Amino acid sequence: MPASEGSLREGVAAVHEEPRGGLAVAVWATLKRDLVMLLRRRSEVLNPLVFFALVITLFPIGISPDPALLAAIAPGLLWVAALLAALLSLDSLFRADYDDGSLEQLLLTPQPLALLALAKVAVHWLLTGLPLALMAPVLGIMLALPAGSYLVLAISLALGSASLSLIGAIGAALTVGLSRGGVLLSLLVLPLYIPVLIFGAGAVQAAILGDGVLAHLAILGALLALALIFAPLAIAASLRISING
Amino acid sequence: MWAFINKLRSPKWFYAISARLQPWFWAAALILIVTGSVWGLAFAPADYQQGNSFRIIYVHVPAAFLAQSIFVSLAVTGLVYMVWKIKIADMAATVMAPLGAAMTFVALFSGAVWGVPTWGTWWMWDARLTSMLILLFLYLGVIALRGAFASRDSASRAASVLAMVGVINIPIIKYSVDWWYTLHQPATFTVTGRAAMPMEMWLPLLIMVLGFYSFFIALTLMRTRSEILRREASKRWVRELAEETT
Amino acid sequence: MAFATLPEFLAMGGHAPYVWSAWGLTAVLLLGAVLHARFERRQVLRQLRRRVRREAHQAGRSGRAQPIQTSRGGSTNEA
Repeated sequence: MPASEGSLREGVAAVHEEPRGGLAVAVWATLKRDLVMLLRRRSEVLNPLVFFALVITLFPIGISPDPALLAAIAPGLLWVAALLAALLSLDSLFRADYDDGSLEQLLLTPQPLALLALAKVAVHWLLTGLPLALMAPVLGIMLALPAGSYLVLAISLALGSASLSLIGAIGAALTVGLSRGGVLLSLLVLPLYIPVLIFGAGAVQAAILGDGVLAHLAILGALLALALIFAPLAIAASLRISING
Repeated sequence: MWAFINKLRSPKWFYAISARLQPWFWAAALILIVTGSVWGLAFAPADYQQGNSFRIIYVHVPAAFLAQSIFVSLAVTGLVYMVWKIKIADMAATVMAPLGAAMTFVALFSGAVWGVPTWGTWWMWDARLTSMLILLFLYLGVIALRGAFASRDSASRAASVLAMVGVINIPIIKYSVDWWYTLHQPATFTVTGRAAMPMEMWLPLLIMVLGFYSFFIALTLMRTRSEILRREASKRWVRELAEETT
Repeated sequence: MAFATLPEFLAMGGHAPYVWSAWGLTAVLLLGAVLHARFERRQVLRQLRRRVRREAHQAGRSGRAQPIQTSRGGSTNEA
C-alpha cells in the first residue's frame, strides 16, 4: 500500500506541476486502467453475454417454438433480456475498486470526480453494452426476428445501453458501500430504465412495421444526452456518500 | 429569506411553530374531506356513461395528486438537506415517504377497482396506472435505500440523491409511458381524461384534493415533531419538554 | 341529492363493491396514518421520559463505583 500511495502522491504532484494536461491525463489513465483491469477478469465481461444468450434460450422453451409467435415478441424480449444482462454487471462496476481502496484514491485526486466516474462508466459500456448490442442480432435470428430490423436492434441497443450504464452507475455508486446491495440495486435502477426500454424496443418494433426509425433513435439519443449531463454528477455525489459515510 | 432559512435550522423553533400550525391543518383536513366525501358520494350527480362508479374519482385523483406531490417534496427536501444541511428537511423527508407510498397504493388500488365496471378487468396497462405503478417502485426504492445504511447521515444523503434522480425521471417516465400507451392502445375511453365536467362534479373533487393536501401537511407536521424528539433526544430543551409533559 | 333512499345510496347503482372498496381502503389508510402518528408520538414521549429518568438516576448514583449494577438497577426500575 505505501508504494501505491507514494506513487499517487507523485502523480498528484505531477498534475499540480502541469495543470494543463492534468484532466485529460487523469481521464485517459482511468480509462486505460479500467480497461486493463476488466480485460484481466474476463469472466466478468463474458458473464452478462452468457446470461443474455441463456435468457433468450429460455423463452422459446417456456412459451413456444412457433416462429410467428416468437417474431411478435422478439423485440421486447431481446431488449428486456439485454437490459437484465446489463443490470447483472452493474454490481461489480465499483465493487472491486471499493474493496481494494482505489475508489478512495479516486476521490482524493484533484480532478473532478464526475469526469473520472464518466470514464469508468464508458469502460463499462464498452465491455458490456456494446458487446450485448453486437450479440443481439445473432440472438434475433434465433427468435425469428423479422428481417430489416437487425441493424436497428444493434444501434438502438448500443445507444440505449449507454444510458443504462450511466443511470445504473448511480445505483451502483449508491449501493457500493452496502454489504448486500445487489437486490437493492435492481430495485433502485429498474424503474429508471423504463423510458429507455420503451423507446429502444419501440425502435425495433417500428423497424419491423416499416415506420420511421429515426424518431425513436433520436429520442434514445436525447435520453443519452440527458443522462450524460446529469448522471456523472449524481454518480460523483453518490460515491462521496458511499465512501465518506 | 436567509433569516427564515436560519430559523429553519433550529428544530426547537420548528417544534414550537408547528405546534401552532398543526391544529389548523387538521381542522381544514377534517372539514374538507368530510364535506368533499358527503358531496361526492351522495350529492354529486351520477355520470351519464359510468353511472355511480365514477365516484371513485373522489379518492383516486386526490391520492394520485398527493402521490406525485410527495415525491417532488422528497426531492425538494433532499436538495435542501444536501445544500444547507437543514436537519428538519431530512426529518420531513423521512416521515413523508411512507405516506407517499401509501397514497400511490391508494391511487393504484382505486384505479384497478375502477377498471372493473369501466373496462371489465381488474388490471389494464393504462398509461396512468402504469406510471403510478412505476412511481410506487420509486417510493419503495427510496424507502429501502434509507433503511439500508447504518449511518443516518449517509442514509439521508443517499435517499436525497435518489429522490432527486427520480424526480428528474418522473416526467420522462410519464411522457414515455403515455406515448407507449397511445402506440399500443389506440385512444380508447380514458376514465379521467375528459375535460368537460360539470361544476357539481368537479367542485367536490377540488374540495377533496385540498382536503388531502391539508391532511398531508398536518400529518407531516405531526410526525416531524415526533422525529425531532427522537433525533434530538440528547438536547436540553427536549429533556425539559419531556419533564413538562409528564 | 343523487339518491332517494339509503339502500339506494348503499347500492351505488349496482357499483357498490367497487365504490365502497376504493373508498374503504382510502379511509382505512388515512385513519391508520393518523392513529399511527398518535401512537408514534406517545411512544417517543414515553421513551424520552424513560431516558431522562434513567440518566437522572445514573447521575445520582454515579459517585459509587458500580456502573453495571446501577444501570441494571435503573432498567428494572423503569420496567
